[in-house]
Amino acid sequence: MLAVPQDLEAEIDERITHYPVSKRSAVLPVLHHLQHHFGYISEEAVEWTAAKLGLEPIKVLEVVTFYPGFRQEAPGKFHIRVCRTLSCAMAGSYELMDTICEKAGIDRSGVTHHHPIAVSPDGKYSIEFAECLASCGFGPVCMVNDDFHEAVTDVDGLLKQYS
Amino acid sequence: MGGITYKRGREPHGKEHRVIFRNIDREGWDPGIETYLKDGGYDQLKKALGMERAAITEEVKKSGLRGRGGAGFPCGVKWTFIPPNNTKPVYLICNADESEPGTFKDRYILHQDPHQLIEGMTIACFAVGAKLAYIYIREEFPEAAKIVEKAIAEAHAKGFLGKNIQGSGFDLEIYVHRGAGAYICGEETGLIESLEGKRPYPRIKPPYFPAAMGLYLCPTIVNNVETLCHVKHIIGMGGEEYAKTGTKNNTGTRILCVSGDVQKPGYFEVEVGKVTMGEVINDLCGGLKPGRELKAVIPGGSSAKVLRADEIYTVGRGDDARKLTIWDIPMDFDTMAACGSMAGSGGVIVMDDSRSMSWVLNNLNNFYAHESCGQCTPCREGSLWMKKITDRVVAGKASPSDIDTLYGVAKNIDGRTICAFGEACSWPTESFVEKFRDELIGDTKPELEGAIVNAETLTAAASL
Repeated sequence: MLAVPQDLEAEIDERITHYPVSKRSAVLPVLHHLQHHFGYISEEAVEWTAAKLGLEPIKVLEVVTFYPGFRQEAPGKFHIRVCRTLSCAMAGSYELMDTICEKAGIDRSGVTHHHPIAVSPDGKYSIEFAECLASCGFGPVCMVNDDFHEAVTDVDGLLKQYS
Repeated sequence: MGGITYKRGREPHGKEHRVIFRNIDREGWDPGIETYLKDGGYDQLKKALGMERAAITEEVKKSGLRGRGGAGFPCGVKWTFIPPNNTKPVYLICNADESEPGTFKDRYILHQDPHQLIEGMTIACFAVGAKLAYIYIREEFPEAAKIVEKAIAEAHAKGFLGKNIQGSGFDLEIYVHRGAGAYICGEETGLIESLEGKRPYPRIKPPYFPAAMGLYLCPTIVNNVETLCHVKHIIGMGGEEYAKTGTKNNTGTRILCVSGDVQKPGYFEVEVGKVTMGEVINDLCGGLKPGRELKAVIPGGSSAKVLRADEIYTVGRGDDARKLTIWDIPMDFDTMAACGSMAGSGGVIVMDDSRSMSWVLNNLNNFYAHESCGQCTPCREGSLWMKKITDRVVAGKASPSDIDTLYGVAKNIDGRTICAFGEACSWPTESFVEKFRDELIGDTKPELEGAIVNAETLTAAASL
């Protein structure tokens, strides 16, 4: 069974009260809390969420597998998302992806649609392409965990912030 | 803009008309409620709470406000679609799932001026009778979600939310609901499914028009962030006065987000229809890059059909007919539609002569193939086929007839799906093939005609 700390469960319980009509509506927020704490959504996390909200586990799993924002694999300590879409690509986001991978020692050759994340051998960094991050005028942009970075040119400086 | 100064290097351009973005990059401004109140914040809410509910909707109708999320549907009219004999609870959802490529405006409102949104939203909830409302914020805006939740708590503490708001007897709770990285959640019925805790498969209309059968099958109004902010200003100045800004049937201001091959990309709030594409590129954005020429513009988010720089556009009918170059097109809903595209979400993507149209289209096709929800066969299969074909084109592995196949696939999606994603994903391909056919064919190889395309050819080009 998933070991959910008491204070996290209290936060989740409070969050569920935001949906007085249907507890099922809380699937996304509960998963966000669990992913934030555990790094990804494990099978146990799916079962825990289902039990918490009184749902069949498949109703939770189908949500996890649909949304790109939920991961079923452990990311690195610092998870980087590089915007892939047009305006950022025009501003050099593919080159940014290559540079980050080179400097962080990440090999993306095994990446597929269902396994979009590549992790560095030391587990420090992981990376994936994201679709439009909505800062198209200031590309290339990326996120590192919850932090947002615009017009990224200094990759050494970026990685240094997260070491 | 009397007395307001902006941060250095972030000053609005002289051709801007800032209403919604009045406080964005403002010197001394912060997202806290005290700053907002000192600036006359929540005065419009107090005014609205003293009005008849129907009168608020009437003002919004008079203002001519059209939705700023993409479809440009009249906001006040949308509100009146709630059945008059309705006995169920009514919900309001703010669509802050900003994810149309090329669009970056709501981010700044959420980060820098969240109370403007909360005030506009509270007025809208009062008008339509909603006591429970959600702000659906995309997952990739974690900071925005925190800022907005803090603002909601502040508004609660000051009696602008919660029970008996400002002694009016009106109760309202607003909660933030975070998405999880799916573009389809910007589609209002997909968003509703997501908010119900499900996969965001859009619902078919009819019967599932949200205003009649939305969240929990109750009447639900879904409005964009920018649209809800406008409601506050409409109450402040009155619908008729508001309608004096902008142009006829295209009233008010809107935020244009310009990206791509211009000197100074960014966000600009202008009166709708009062600036032309040429002014946007040359004045607001400081022109094209040195030595470059304009090739194409996507004028309203990536789903809008591409405009070719050397095309002559005929707009209006009969005596009103006039010919426009791309530079002369006024940035409004109706003219952009007459030019065969759409003003959409206000995301303008500029491309100069250094850009390969095959590469640009392929980038967009990758986006749509990734984001199709998979519910309707033409879109699920078609978006992937379009991606695979343009993957081959950019890899030099396509034959000329592939371009006809590509076009045929697009034409077979458009109009055959539950939601407008079908159009959104096929319009780029349709328009790029129609307007840049020669260039696309030029990137193919006649000797590959009839060649067997194997898995290796396909994966070689895949750009995951």
